Amino acid sequence: MNILSNLISSYNYYIIIFLMVSGLFIVVARGNMVKKLIGLALFQTSVYILYISPGKILNGTPPILRDDLIIYSSPFPHVLILTAIVVGISTLSLGLALVIRINEEFGTIEEDKLFEKEL
Amino acid sequence: MTEHFPAILVMTPILGSVLILLIRNDRANWLLAVLSSFSVVFCSIALYMKISVNGPISYAMGGWEPPVGIEYRIDELNALFIVMISLASFAIILYARNSLNNEIRKNKISIFYSMYLLCLAGLIGILSTGDAFNAFVFLEISSLATYIIISIGQDKRALVAAYQYLIMGTIGATLYVIGVGLIFVITGSLNLVDIADRIRDIELMRPLYASLAFITVGIALKIALFPLHAWLPNAYAYSPSVGTAFLSSTATKVAIYLLMKYLYLVFGYSIIYSNPLFMIVIISLSLAAMFGASIIAIFQSNIKKLFAYSSVAQIGYITLGLGIANYNGLIGSTVHIINHSIIKAAIFLAIGCVIYKTKETSIKKLAGLGKKMPIIAVCLTIASISLIGVPGTVGFISKWYLVLGAIEQGWWLVVVSLAISSLLALIYVGRVIELIWFHEPEKDMIIVKDKLPKEMLIITIILTGATIYFGVDIRLTADLARVAVENVLFAGEVL
Repeated sequence: MNILSNLISSYNYYIIIFLMVSGLFIVVARGNMVKKLIGLALFQTSVYILYISPGKILNGTPPILRDDLIIYSSPFPHVLILTAIVVGISTLSLGLALVIRINEEFGTIEEDKLFEKEL
Repeated sequence: MTEHFPAILVMTPILGSVLILLIRNDRANWLLAVLSSFSVVFCSIALYMKISVNGPISYAMGGWEPPVGIEYRIDELNALFIVMISLASFAIILYARNSLNNEIRKNKISIFYSMYLLCLAGLIGILSTGDAFNAFVFLEISSLATYIIISIGQDKRALVAAYQYLIMGTIGATLYVIGVGLIFVITGSLNLVDIADRIRDIELMRPLYASLAFITVGIALKIALFPLHAWLPNAYAYSPSVGTAFLSSTATKVAIYLLMKYLYLVFGYSIIYSNPLFMIVIISLSLAAMFGASIIAIFQSNIKKLFAYSSVAQIGYITLGLGIANYNGLIGSTVHIINHSIIKAAIFLAIGCVIYKTKETSIKKLAGLGKKMPIIAVCLTIASISLIGVPGTVGFISKWYLVLGAIEQGWWLVVVSLAISSLLALIYVGRVIELIWFHEPEKDMIIVKDKLPKEMLIITIILTGATIYFGVDIRLTADLARVAVENVLFAGEVL
């Protein structure tokens, strides 16, 4: 019963951890460089949710200052995550650009084949 | 004006990097890069002078007062590192021009300068910011610039090296952010001073340990602490020589400072020692780095890779000082960050000169270099010797403090390990020195360029001279490090 209520009350964290670990798993287990980047993006995205979800208060409104709104969610995590999203996008796009160049130079984006070719 | 120096330090390189991309003229770009890194040197030294008289500076970025706004906090310790990396990057940019023209494609040169300055801005940002999340942003700025610097290298394997570093570096930064997120949830603050205040009252240890672990592992990926070093050798080996010199003398060092700051200023002694396992892990990984990486270095055939593995080993010394964690150990760490930065800049710039003339990076092909390029060979030899820690060179000073620290703790095993790993360094360095001096030049050693540009030669000689000079006169390195450790890391702590 205890476990069940724990599961229900903080289900968001379980989802986050699931996403996080699956993202990392994809990065480690896949040899395809594009798939690795997808895993990386998933991993980063899970962190965004990790930041956002504690900022939400039950029955809280969006953070707008008005006299009749007393309980509102913390705007702070959103601000941080906006920055983190920008960072994530630039990393992802740089990664994809590198993959394109690797494909041009080596003719493959599978890591196994790359390592066979020398390296 | 002077009160805005912390902001100017970060702003000038960013401005310079944008301007360079807009101008795209070879000569003007180089001048612009030199100018902006010179202004960074000027500001950082002025800032250090000011701090050594008036004490730490807290600068509210954009006029938003801390703890809500982003605080730039400059104390003796990070000011010392800011001076160090700005001087190193200034020296390297002075050297860069001909080496880059020779090593990378014409249309990439302005991108290189631009990324160089952006990376510099990011590194100074990490050093000076007092905000946990801001540190992440700067970490990513410098890392993104680093990936590009590496991928510019002419060898096509540079692309794969950059990709691998991108994957590892992003995982590291993301782990760091997870740790910061946990701290933020626990303490409700992102200002490091504020966190350090609130963290002492936290009774729930588990999330605290989790965030400590996330942050440590995340930064360790950036530091290239031993089992997490896989990205480093290829990245150093295939990036342009100037890039290698820059990365090895600044980027990893800054990450080590960040770790130092988190361990001793944010979490504090009471938390990191409440569980002895933590320090045991740090120390055993450092020892593993000192042995493992040195042994791997012995078997390398590419000279840049050899010194890259040596970097991993030397990083082990620095983190060992963090693990020893008493007064002398921390001085050893701090001073070795500075000394190793000088040594590696000298070594990689000397290798850059060799590559400029011969286009060779294979160690075997360097046989008889002493006869072909005597001055550079002498520089390479002296800098390598100080890597071993021969008395009279900078390497000796840092190892001396580390040994003192280990003896004070009574860890004789660590003392012995320090000695043995120096012997390993002797083997891999000795191999290079023997080939350079005591072998006849191979017949097919082709000299591509006749004359070495003056500035490349002079900068290499100056940096090599510095490895000797600071091995004798320690006023500017070890003494300043002592002041920093006393005033910052041990401020208010009774041990």
